[in-house]
Amino acid sequence: MTLKKIINKLALIALLGAMTGTGMAADNVGFVYVSPIGDAGWTYQHDLGRLQLEKETGVTTSFVENVPEGPDAERVIREMAKRGDKVVFATSFGFMNYALKVSKTFRKTAFVHATGYKMGKNMGLVNARFYEGRYLTGVIAGEMTKSNVLGYVAAFPIPEVMQGINAFIKGARSVNPKAELRVIWVNSWFDPGKERQAALTLLSQEADVITHHTDSTAVVQAAEDQGKYAFGYHSDMAKYGPKAHLTATTHLWGDYYVKTVKEVQAGTWKPGSVWGGYKEGMIALAPLNEAIPADVRAKIKVLEADLVAGRFHPFAGPVIDQSGKTIVPAGQDMTDDQLNQMNYYLQGVVSKVPN
Amino acid sequence: MESSILTSILFATIVAGTPLIIVALGQLVAEKSGVLNLGAEGMMSMGAIAGFAITFETGSVWLGVLGGMAAGALMSYLFAVVVLTLMGNQVATGLALSILGVGLSAFIGKSYESEILPTIEAIRIPLLADIPIIGEPLFAQQSLVYFSWALFGAIVWFLYRSRPGLVLRAVGESPSSAHSIGYPVIRIRYLATIFGGAMAGIGGAFLSVFYTPLWVEGMVAGRGWIAIALVVFATWRPFRVLVGAYLFGGVMVAQLFVQGSGLEINIPSQFLSSLPYLATIIVLVIISRDQNTVRLNAPVSLGQPYRPDA
Repeated sequence: MTLKKIINKLALIALLGAMTGTGMAADNVGFVYVSPIGDAGWTYQHDLGRLQLEKETGVTTSFVENVPEGPDAERVIREMAKRGDKVVFATSFGFMNYALKVSKTFRKTAFVHATGYKMGKNMGLVNARFYEGRYLTGVIAGEMTKSNVLGYVAAFPIPEVMQGINAFIKGARSVNPKAELRVIWVNSWFDPGKERQAALTLLSQEADVITHHTDSTAVVQAAEDQGKYAFGYHSDMAKYGPKAHLTATTHLWGDYYVKTVKEVQAGTWKPGSVWGGYKEGMIALAPLNEAIPADVRAKIKVLEADLVAGRFHPFAGPVIDQSGKTIVPAGQDMTDDQLNQMNYYLQGVVSKVPN
Repeated sequence: MESSILTSILFATIVAGTPLIIVALGQLVAEKSGVLNLGAEGMMSMGAIAGFAITFETGSVWLGVLGGMAAGALMSYLFAVVVLTLMGNQVATGLALSILGVGLSAFIGKSYESEILPTIEAIRIPLLADIPIIGEPLFAQQSLVYFSWALFGAIVWFLYRSRPGLVLRAVGESPSSAHSIGYPVIRIRYLATIFGGAMAGIGGAFLSVFYTPLWVEGMVAGRGWIAIALVVFATWRPFRVLVGAYLFGGVMVAQLFVQGSGLEINIPSQFLSSLPYLATIIVLVIISRDQNTVRLNAPVSLGQPYRPDA
């Protein structure tokens, strides 16, 4: 009787194995996106990484896009864990607490949360050093500006955004000490109408090179219309402003995803905090616009090589804030802790921090 | 220098207020007939994608605007069938229409997300556009901005100076009386609702074809809701809708200018961002504080279904 039961069970298992094709079911990896994938932007870059993961490792993936950063996120994450996904990538800051909560119930699933600060027994963190790309675009901006006024459309004053603003002006001032930066906060990650309005405002206030830390392409288009320059962010946005688009800071998540999933499959994965930049291949500039002169291109090449080799830190001292206070003395680099607590503007920003 | 900043602020204010005016005036007409359609956000989204797609495919801006108008009208027709013929709840149906429109437009628009349209040139009115400060903002705008003013004039005339407008208001005040003296209440409400949808569609097309010009999911970004709120705070008076829309646009634009100028201000930018909403509500509440005028202008049967007895 019991033997028969066991045989039955074995047969059932074999049948299930046969149904999935290879005997061993292919692992599935789940992705939770905060916005629609679209054609450029934060989520689009994550999705490129997902596609690379599928191609290189042969795992199956599934994603849910446009997940609000609220209780819905928990439901989506829980669903993925429940159906047996090996790894769940939660790709927005607001998913942090929900991913952590679900990770406590599903100890066998690996969770990775992007841009947050809480880790768990089976939940790791990943973020990219976006500011490295920002510094390079700042150098280009400093060289290209004629009015010495740069503009920045920003979403919310959190450290990640502040790092970008400060790296941008620091890069610009490294080649053009007269450069100044004006910042407009639109208090929204995504509102193309408002982003465009803010961009036009900056352009009408003498800025001739602008960039943005929001999610649409409206800023690049506004610069194109006005015959000024702009940098894209997240993705290469050249097609939205072929003349205006100088380059863009782009994020490359694919290599990291592949590495993580392989580690999980091999059983060697440990939740850790990965903060990768040029060195790890997680940040790169989009192709440079032809308008950028050869000597500037050469300068960028050198800086890129230095970043890859770890010889150069965008926030190498002296780092001086707006009020003239020295944050990092000469000869030192800013620490990661300091970076994560950045809530001030550096010298060269003429706007005031919203507080 | 100072005057050029003022000119840019005024110019941007009028552009920012235009979609709100077109949508809110359309809603005002629908609400005057007693139909409350909360689906403006959805109708605008559909108008935005239809306008963008048709302009992109045909290269004709005007076909695009017409297409946006048709899409908005079609959405409101759906709404009208549910609430006027099938007697559905107007609030619930309107909310559903919003969700449907935002989702459906994203679905239809998937393949248009990477496309862009050329910027539409402004129409300069000779001589007038050269007036210092106010010339550019008033007389060198894109065509739909002029349309919004024509629409305003036409609606004021229609509602307060024409017989059909009087009938429409009567239907909104007391559908049973209007019915008893022989007016086709349901048909009038259909027409008013579809007009509201058509205007919402044009407002959406303005965003995707004239304003940004691009299509992305969620690009209406709440403007439909602001338009609906404007109608209420303006106590169903067209002129106040105009004031409210420009006030909203103006405060939004002005706060961007203040931020960009680097002026020393100790106001959190979050507060500055909420300022347009606050300012618009406060001003409209103040000018509408007289209870009698509110009662006089609010359509009495707003949101209530009406079934003509036999």
